[in-house]
Amino acid sequence: MTATLTELPELTREELARYSRHLILPDVGVEGQKRLKAARVLLVGAGGLGSPLALYLSAAGVGTLGIVDFDKVDVTNLQRQVVHGTADVGRSKIDSAAERIYDINPYVNVERFETRLTSENALEIIREFDIVVDGTDNFATRYLVNDACVILGKPNVYGSIFRFEGQASVLATPEGPCYRCLFREPPPPGLVPSCAEGGVLGVLPGLVGTIQATETIKLILGIGEPLIGRLLLVDALTAQFRTVKIRRDPTCPACGTHEIQELIDYDAFCGGAEPVTVKEITPRELAQKLARGDDFDLIDVREPIEWEIAHIEGARLVPLSTFPAAIKELDSSREIVVQCKVGGRSARAADALIAAGFRNVTNLAGGITRWSDDVDPTIPKY
Amino acid sequence: MPITITLPNVLAKLADGQRTITAYGTTLGGAVADASRRYPALKPRLTDDAGNPYPFVTYYLNDEDIRFSGGFAAAIRDGDEVTIVPAVAGG
Repeated sequence: MTATLTELPELTREELARYSRHLILPDVGVEGQKRLKAARVLLVGAGGLGSPLALYLSAAGVGTLGIVDFDKVDVTNLQRQVVHGTADVGRSKIDSAAERIYDINPYVNVERFETRLTSENALEIIREFDIVVDGTDNFATRYLVNDACVILGKPNVYGSIFRFEGQASVLATPEGPCYRCLFREPPPPGLVPSCAEGGVLGVLPGLVGTIQATETIKLILGIGEPLIGRLLLVDALTAQFRTVKIRRDPTCPACGTHEIQELIDYDAFCGGAEPVTVKEITPRELAQKLARGDDFDLIDVREPIEWEIAHIEGARLVPLSTFPAAIKELDSSREIVVQCKVGGRSARAADALIAAGFRNVTNLAGGITRWSDDVDPTIPKY
Repeated sequence: MPITITLPNVLAKLADGQRTITAYGTTLGGAVADASRRYPALKPRLTDDAGNPYPFVTYYLNDEDIRFSGGFAAAIRDGDEVTIVPAVAGG
């Protein structure tokens, strides 16, 4: 981004034609377009937020797009991850995204990092880029991206979504706050459901990811007022966009006191206190138990809307959201197996039951999703 | 003195479906405690057991982060607006 005019790459005739609507913009022009071509932007995640980012940043002519993702395209991604198509289901997200990017703009160079971003590889990967765009889907990676950006002095274009609401900001710049200034610590595991458990409006990552793409381009061009020191709150339901002021916290361990000099174990940082260890049962073992006619209660702690999609025969719906009041309706003297979509909420339900005095509680490992894989493929996955 | 508290969508169901609620108090902490009394289901999502804000939920008083302006002890005035922003991680 600091390249001088003479160091900037030339634009070919084809590129001059392709970017003509940028070139005639007074704040972009040929020099701005060359800056975009010289820029190296790292997308962490090729999912909901990463999709519009990949599409718009490649179309805009960002010269090098790095993408970090280890996942494969799943059919449940397609409702929002618009960089991937139906034919890509089962392919690596990186390959699927790269193919789409090259179709949009063959002048973009895609650097593929088909790996999970970890404390071991983050500095090495991020060091080679000018700007990092955080499109991850979990707190551990968000704190990892933040700390790596602060240590290396790279701006972090942040975006995050849940259900109908999103957040965006430009963090870890020399003058502005970082993610830890915004949220000092992550919530305990399980308190905030993931999009897989809580759902997300498909178009929402489009809104927030496009804002991240806009901020990235503004940073490269050095124009406008980036979202530094401001957090943009997007509410799809009320159609309201508003900003609140965020400040660099002088006591922030990352950008304030700089006590974080190296990357830590982010899974442990986001794991909080060790959860109570609950006994687990596999779907096959549960199927045998049901077939034997064992005397126990199978409690499905998902929401009614999920129950309607699919449920295990013999289960009884007691949503976790109705705990602790609903616990009073259950018989603590009976054996109980709890179950949810993938096993996270039911683990919390089991903890709550044990805390309430239930002695014989078991969690179905992998939830109804693994039940569908291992026992009954007619159960739809969602 | 009444102030308005804007809740994230995910918490609205704990306040009878309302995105904006009215609360009374002379300090921000007092108003949050008032809201917690009237919507008991909200209480554990707004503060910890000791009545303090969580490190993963940020309160903005008239768009300013309250941690830099007195926290829950900050004085509030009629018509002040509080926005509650929880950490979310979806992407």
